[in-house]
Amino acid sequence: MSDASSATARTIAQAPPSPIRDFWNAFKENRGAVMGMVVFALFLLIAIFAPILSPYPPDAQFRDSLLVPPVWEDGGKWQFPLGTDPLGRDMVSRLIHGARFSFFIGLVVVTVATFFGVVIGVIAGFAPRWLDTIIMRIMDIVLSFPSLLMALVLVAILGPSLLNAMVAIAIVLQPHFVRLTRAAVISERTRDYVTAARVAGAGRLRIMFRTVLPNCLAPIIVQAALSFSTAILDAAALGFLGMGAQPPTPEWGTMLAEAREFILRAWWVVTFPGLCILVTVLAINLMGDGLRDALDPKLKRS
Amino acid sequence: MLRFVLSRLLTFVPTFFGVTLVSFAFIRLLPGDPITLLAGERGISQERYDELAAQLGFDQPLWMQYFDYLAGIFQGDLGVSFVTKRPVLDEFMALFPATLELSICAITLAVLIGIPAGVIAAVNRGKFFDQALMTTALIGYSMPIFWWALLLIIVFSSGLGWTPVSGRMSLMFFIEGPTGFMTIDALLSGQEGAFKSAVSHLILPTIVLATIPLAIIARQTRSAMLEVLGEDYVRTARAKGLAPLRVNGFHALRNALIPVVTVIGLSVGTLLAGAILTETIFSWPGIGKWMVDSIFRRDYQAVQGGLLIIAVIVMIVNLTVDILYGAINPKIRNR
Repeated sequence: MSDASSATARTIAQAPPSPIRDFWNAFKENRGAVMGMVVFALFLLIAIFAPILSPYPPDAQFRDSLLVPPVWEDGGKWQFPLGTDPLGRDMVSRLIHGARFSFFIGLVVVTVATFFGVVIGVIAGFAPRWLDTIIMRIMDIVLSFPSLLMALVLVAILGPSLLNAMVAIAIVLQPHFVRLTRAAVISERTRDYVTAARVAGAGRLRIMFRTVLPNCLAPIIVQAALSFSTAILDAAALGFLGMGAQPPTPEWGTMLAEAREFILRAWWVVTFPGLCILVTVLAINLMGDGLRDALDPKLKRS
Repeated sequence: MLRFVLSRLLTFVPTFFGVTLVSFAFIRLLPGDPITLLAGERGISQERYDELAAQLGFDQPLWMQYFDYLAGIFQGDLGVSFVTKRPVLDEFMALFPATLELSICAITLAVLIGIPAGVIAAVNRGKFFDQALMTTALIGYSMPIFWWALLLIIVFSSGLGWTPVSGRMSLMFFIEGPTGFMTIDALLSGQEGAFKSAVSHLILPTIVLATIPLAIIARQTRSAMLEVLGEDYVRTARAKGLAPLRVNGFHALRNALIPVVTVIGLSVGTLLAGAILTETIFSWPGIGKWMVDSIFRRDYQAVQGGLLIIAVIVMIVNLTVDILYGAINPKIRNR
């Protein structure tokens, strides 16, 4: 009994430091990454609690207060701290609700693109040569089209809406995951632990997804983080071109498109939605850089 | 080397056919009947419908249609725009110089600022200058360029009145020249002030389009330089007592440039995607704006043709970069 407990004690003492703690220690070294994470957390909270936080519903119109400037400008009202848009809607409320859309877009697009990209990538990595070649050529074809153009054309086929824009962006982002996963799988596939698992009788699927895949996750996680920002940017660009979320949706890119004609009269309707996009994307990219440095020492920018 | 080039060319061929298949599929994937779509919202009589169907080959089986389409491509026939009734290829070629001119200016600006910025950041690694530059680069990399363009217009066009808001040339001038590059044609035309007008129209779109490639190039140059600066031959050069500028500029940068050149080549796709937004905002009469307009006008023949040409341009550039990279780097070539 005492033998057993001392043996456990020894294993604990010798246990390697937990990978999560290791990761956190490396991550928090990077001030920018931590800052990005804080901003991202704020953005997340705003997105979740948007209905509570926003003073008005995003589509509430105040017809006596069209294009009210922000509070620090002449004519600003405390009622509308960042002013109102041409239809008399409160900018703050719309921007807060916009966070919801952006976060939702990022989350759904990245989940879909990562899931399909990783599954196809693992299959390509293990597939016989001919199947691997076919899969990779298909990915090459998708990547031959500039992403925004491909997304535009897909939306033209599917019809302009937020959902279709998301589908299009996911399709455009997914080949990157396929390439990344395949490359990682191929370099892991011939390692000893895989052979060991095979000798121990593990089935093909188990080897693919339980043995090999977890060891390929680092670059995939980094790519997912960076794709989150690409998804937000591309969705905003599609919204701006009128091919994404449709008015009166308070999506940041769509808000910019609606505000465009007032650019000379009311700088605030143009400035704030774009600033929100920039800050969110910047925060995610900072975090992504930190993730990469912490998770993947090989890719470290040093 | 020849084997390497051939193998790259061999992967080019299936991708090319795949791309033609995608652009072929585009019109057929649109919801609804392609001919009714092509005819637009006015509707169409039955005789005209049959005539169009026969003319466009839509009465043939799908595989025949595809072969006709392919045969057309190899003869430079990408169909006729339904809105302007002109051949799609002619339309594209008429607008392409505008995009090319803008892209060349943008990539030049990105290289001229991005590479020195990356080198300076790497040499001053960890110092204030490095951090400031890399923060700026990350902001540039995260920039929604359509918003950036609007901000620049607010400040420089409407605020300070320094630059025009849109277009390529002031309406006072009529320039039609041999090159299609407005700056060069303006110079050749000899009209006073035309060149200045062309340049002033170029400034803001160039800055906007250069922003993201500039950020990517600066970041890539910095990390490539950092890698090279740790190499033995750089240390040796330094130990020999060579001037820092010579070591950094000559020994290190030359070797760090290989990945940077790759990134520059691969940013053609980014440029063309950026051109869609930049040209739309500045009413720049290039292919990016043309594609967006065509989508809105439901000119699907034009969209189909543009899609194909743009993809082929991207593919050719990527292939060239790939081969050049293999030519410089034997490790890649012999893999």
